[in-house]
Amino acid sequence: MNNNRFLQFFRKSSSDRLELLAMLGFLALCLAFFSVVAPRFLSPGIFRSMAYQLPELGLLTLAMFVPIISGGLNLAVTYSANICGLAAAFLVKGFLMSAGWASVPAALVVGLGVGAGVGVLVGAMVAYVGAHPILVTLGAMIFLRGLGELLTRGGDISGMPEAFNFIGHGSILGIPVPMLIFLGAAGILLYIMQYTKEGFSIYMSGSNPEAAKYSGINVNKTLMLVYGLSGAISGLAGILMLARFNSVRVGHGDSYLLITVLACFLAGANPFGGFGRVLPLVVGLMSLQVVASGMNLLGASQHLSTAIWGGFLLLVMVLRSPFLNKN
Amino acid sequence: MSKTDGSERASIHFSRSTAGRVKARPTGQLCAAEKATMTELAIRATSITKKFGGFTALDNVEFELQPGEIHCLAGENGCGKSTLIKIINGVYQPEPGAHFEFSGQQSVGQISPSSAKRLGIHVIWQDLALFPDLTVAENICFDSFVAHPLKGIDSQAKIEQASKTIGELGVQLDPTARVGDLSIAKRQLVAICRVIQAEARIIFMDEPTASLTQKETETLLSIVRRLSAQGISIVFVSHRLAEVLDVCERVTVLRDGKLVGTFPTEGMTQKKLSTLMTGKELDQTPRAGEVNGDRILVLKHLTRRGEYEDISFDLRKGEILGLTGLMGSGRTEIALSIFGMTKPDSGEIRLDGQEMQFKSNRDAIDAGIAYVSEDRLNLGLDQKQSIADNTAAPVLKQLSNPSFFLSPKSIRALCDTWIDKLKTKVSDPLLPVSSLSGGNQQRIVLAKWLATEPKVLVLDSPTVGVDVGAKAGIFEIIRQLADQGMAIILISDEASEIYHNTDRTLVLKEGRISRSFKTTDVSEEELEGIINA
Repeated sequence: MNNNRFLQFFRKSSSDRLELLAMLGFLALCLAFFSVVAPRFLSPGIFRSMAYQLPELGLLTLAMFVPIISGGLNLAVTYSANICGLAAAFLVKGFLMSAGWASVPAALVVGLGVGAGVGVLVGAMVAYVGAHPILVTLGAMIFLRGLGELLTRGGDISGMPEAFNFIGHGSILGIPVPMLIFLGAAGILLYIMQYTKEGFSIYMSGSNPEAAKYSGINVNKTLMLVYGLSGAISGLAGILMLARFNSVRVGHGDSYLLITVLACFLAGANPFGGFGRVLPLVVGLMSLQVVASGMNLLGASQHLSTAIWGGFLLLVMVLRSPFLNKN
Repeated sequence: MSKTDGSERASIHFSRSTAGRVKARPTGQLCAAEKATMTELAIRATSITKKFGGFTALDNVEFELQPGEIHCLAGENGCGKSTLIKIINGVYQPEPGAHFEFSGQQSVGQISPSSAKRLGIHVIWQDLALFPDLTVAENICFDSFVAHPLKGIDSQAKIEQASKTIGELGVQLDPTARVGDLSIAKRQLVAICRVIQAEARIIFMDEPTASLTQKETETLLSIVRRLSAQGISIVFVSHRLAEVLDVCERVTVLRDGKLVGTFPTEGMTQKKLSTLMTGKELDQTPRAGEVNGDRILVLKHLTRRGEYEDISFDLRKGEILGLTGLMGSGRTEIALSIFGMTKPDSGEIRLDGQEMQFKSNRDAIDAGIAYVSEDRLNLGLDQKQSIADNTAAPVLKQLSNPSFFLSPKSIRALCDTWIDKLKTKVSDPLLPVSSLSGGNQQRIVLAKWLATEPKVLVLDSPTVGVDVGAKAGIFEIIRQLADQGMAIILISDEASEIYHNTDRTLVLKEGRISRSFKTTDVSEEELEGIINA
């Protein structure tokens, strides 16, 4: 009975707030668990290292999130990131080795531009050819991988100017720069998705494209925006990886691909599109990082944390089931 | 009188059935059943109460059905019709105290879905629950497959069996066709064949005619009559009162979960029936019909090959123009071209004297044209999204201020304004629109389009799936809008809707305007004849 009333309370509060609460609770639980089992866990050093590690997966997840909201998927996020990093590296190594700080904005412009360009092309394919996003982005993914390996001959391009070191490893007021970039990107995405007509159109096109079209929303344009945005965020991730490793190698980060999908669904994004918010996604990503770092501290294998991540998604599905039959 | 009628029909059926299905029903049992049907009711259900949490969906309801009777279950949405059907079919269990008798033989306190099937009770739900990728024959014989999962499936026998059922029913169906390729009307026939194949004795049909044209409805009703002549009882749920009175022998009316009564349809009028259903008198007087506003929309020789040809008419401010004709007559196609969704091949559309070339429906919306789709569930609204977001969808640009900022507050304010203006019953605008009843959903559709401040409002079958009381409310809004000077095109194939709510009527036939007249120049009956001619 008591349990029932508890459920009633949650049923009444809006599903957005519910997802955020759930993710916050999840994060608190992870933090509490590791601070008990690993005494050295609650230290600034651990949190700093987490803040350096999270942003790569974080940005790639944001890039995956937008297409998922539109009812699709972008399998090309990791290789888009590689190609963007590669384009930026070629540019910097070819022309800007002595440009100092100016090389960073130039790299960003090229990286985001290439990413957005690839994305818009993918979006146009999805919109006008009508092919399923999984097929289009799978094609794009394999294409970009082949192209990248061709250009680098399977090796890597390394040796960036000093300024990149700051982007990858510096900090401002004690907060690591990669984390600031990730939070900034998440903030901008939150604004676009929830406070602009373009974001609104993405949600509407995601849950029922035909109804959106009848309401005067340009669904094709929206799809191009979705994949363009996804590509640009991938590009940002590519530049960040370039800065952190001082090199680009095609294939770097490809193990993140399915984890980004997992993170989106963990945070309540609807696999059929139309629902899911940025804030629970950010909190959910943080909990995944807490698990990975905590397990690492305990000396457990990295593979065990991957297994735990998967287990989490399964568990969350079970916990979410009473709320799914809301209507 | 009607009772002897019923038993005669029953005996006709049984002689047929002895010839046709000797295997399934031993003759000994048949005689017993035959005797029983002479005097016993097919269903007698008493003291049916059902509560969902604190809400009483059915309150001490009683339901009787005679063998071979065509019976109508009437009432507004939410009155408990579906709950009653689900209880009789064993989907829901009633509160203790309920009592059922089937064919007078058994008296049970509970029914399970499988025992309902054994008693020959079947429901054809509105969505039909067919398998679109299977053939007609496979669908019809589906129940016999499930019953024998290990028996090999002999496709030839299946086709023969299905053909026999199809033949018995006297309908035109190709047993090898894929159900997904058939029209809704044909799918309906497949669903009927399926329950007949499963030896149904009592068939509940939920809104069977909602998406059928008048002609298809006629075909369906004649089949229903034939089934009844074979002793099969049919319970009809329909919002179309004319049809109900035409085909049914008796009607059971429910209101707010309570039984209003069971009445013979002889001597019953549509008006009386809707009063029984809603509990209030509905005012239905035709419009005056003289409109002198400026011409706002002019169509000249508009043609789109394969859809409509040489369509010319004009529409004045404050006028309601009825556009009627059978499904496929081009009525929706013309509306879609006015709304900018399709491009006409030739001819022109003038709005306020200016020729329009719409590239998309966005251009049409910006020019002042709104279109309420006939398919509210899939196209008119995004069922999963919130009521507020649905209202805001066509006016995102206007709501964004500055243009790069769309505040949730402004969406909420817009929704609140319209909910209030259209007197819509909404508990929380953030709930999905699917949580509303058909009538309230249609008000949200109107709200979303009125928010665009249209000059011309095109309403395509705006009362599909909306019950009587709510229908009257929708038309009240539409008439008010016209009185305030909005130009309205009302597309409908229901004569009474066109008759009572329009100033002028255009009749479409095979893509052309076949007649055009002042609505009050004809009577409602004449109009009905013209539409179905």
